[in-house]
Amino acid sequence: MEENFKIQIISPEKVLFSEEIKMAVLPSYEGDMSILKNHISIITFLRPGIIKVQKEKEDFEEFFVQDGTVEYFGDNLVVLSSTVLNVKDLSKDFVENLKKDTLDKLKDNNISDNDRYVLNHKLDTINEMRV
Amino acid sequence: MPSLDDLKKRISSVKSTQKITKAMKMVAAAKLRKAQESAEKGRPFSEKMNNIILNLSSSISDKENASKFLVGTGKDDVQLCVVITADRGLCGGFNTNICKKAKNDFENIIKQGKTLKIFTVGSKGHDQLKRAYGSYIIENLNFKGFKKITYKEAEEIGKKIIKLFNENKFDVCKIYYNKFKNVITQIPQAQQIIPIEKNKEEKKLENFYEFEPEENEILEDLFPRNISTQIFKAILENAASEQGSRMTAMDNATRNAGDLVDKLTITFNRSRQAAITKELIEIISGAESL
Repeated sequence: MEENFKIQIISPEKVLFSEEIKMAVLPSYEGDMSILKNHISIITFLRPGIIKVQKEKEDFEEFFVQDGTVEYFGDNLVVLSSTVLNVKDLSKDFVENLKKDTLDKLKDNNISDNDRYVLNHKLDTINEMRV
Repeated sequence: MPSLDDLKKRISSVKSTQKITKAMKMVAAAKLRKAQESAEKGRPFSEKMNNIILNLSSSISDKENASKFLVGTGKDDVQLCVVITADRGLCGGFNTNICKKAKNDFENIIKQGKTLKIFTVGSKGHDQLKRAYGSYIIENLNFKGFKKITYKEAEEIGKKIIKLFNENKFDVCKIYYNKFKNVITQIPQAQQIIPIEKNKEEKKLENFYEFEPEENEILEDLFPRNISTQIFKAILENAASEQGSRMTAMDNATRNAGDLVDKLTITFNRSRQAAITKELIEIISGAESL
């Protein structure tokens, strides 16, 4: 039985990833979300985190996002994000800078709860990454 | 009748101009390929974004409380026009065409007694508009010195527009740019971005979506991003159009310079021959009189 569906990860500059996959794990705004074939049509947006794409049983691909929008419709998953990067392409400098930036922003007491929630997630994701 | 020396000088000056235009054409052609590629690569993002927005807006249940980005402020008294042009000249009618289209609309807006506000992106547009509409320009930006304009820059413009909108500084926002059709044709476009232009043939969508979180929350997050995306698309299209337009303009200039050189060379040869004949006649008639 065919269990694959199509995913497209698109940044404003180009189509980053477009393949048939088995499963995708998305860091949706309200919590992680796995998508398999025949998922109900959904629109949601992302918080900072890792998109994990399973191509084959043991074949994974990971993408780091800071924000984005997701649409699943008719076995097509579309991820739109201006900040998406393949985890393989992340450099140590980029991660360090991002971490510093995030910590600076978190120090500011005037940010909204929403921003704080997003920034904390960003920090967690950065800390989890081993680059 | 200009002297032989003058003609020679003119020919060499036209020839060096031709060399410059030829070089510019080559550079434009090389840049065009890159710009065209990135414009094409950027299209899926804005198309998909538009799709999602359309789906969202048609399935929104609570129209009353819908985001004001979607329904607008209910007025159209104050109109913000964002005119996106290039930072460099010598590209044929590229900048002028955008400005012409924008000016037409400006006249209409003023005639209808509405308030006009102008936001120029790119220095050439600012130069062209500041004389007649200087008092309406509320902001101007340019990307001189930027090698490549990325999404970040578009986002900056988007944020500025959204900030103005949240401060209730305008009701309707339009962007003006050139759409790249092919190397010879670029179409000046006006696109309304706030409020979102509805699909004319309100097509019935059969796909029902689950939303997480609520529709309105998604919209609040999505709309600012959509504005940046539309602006980024406009900038990419503009970049490709600019290079295409410059390429054709410089091609024409090179050809014109070639024609001019031919003409001048003929005049030069004729006058040289005339001078020779004159000298011969003088010598012969001198010899005969002896």
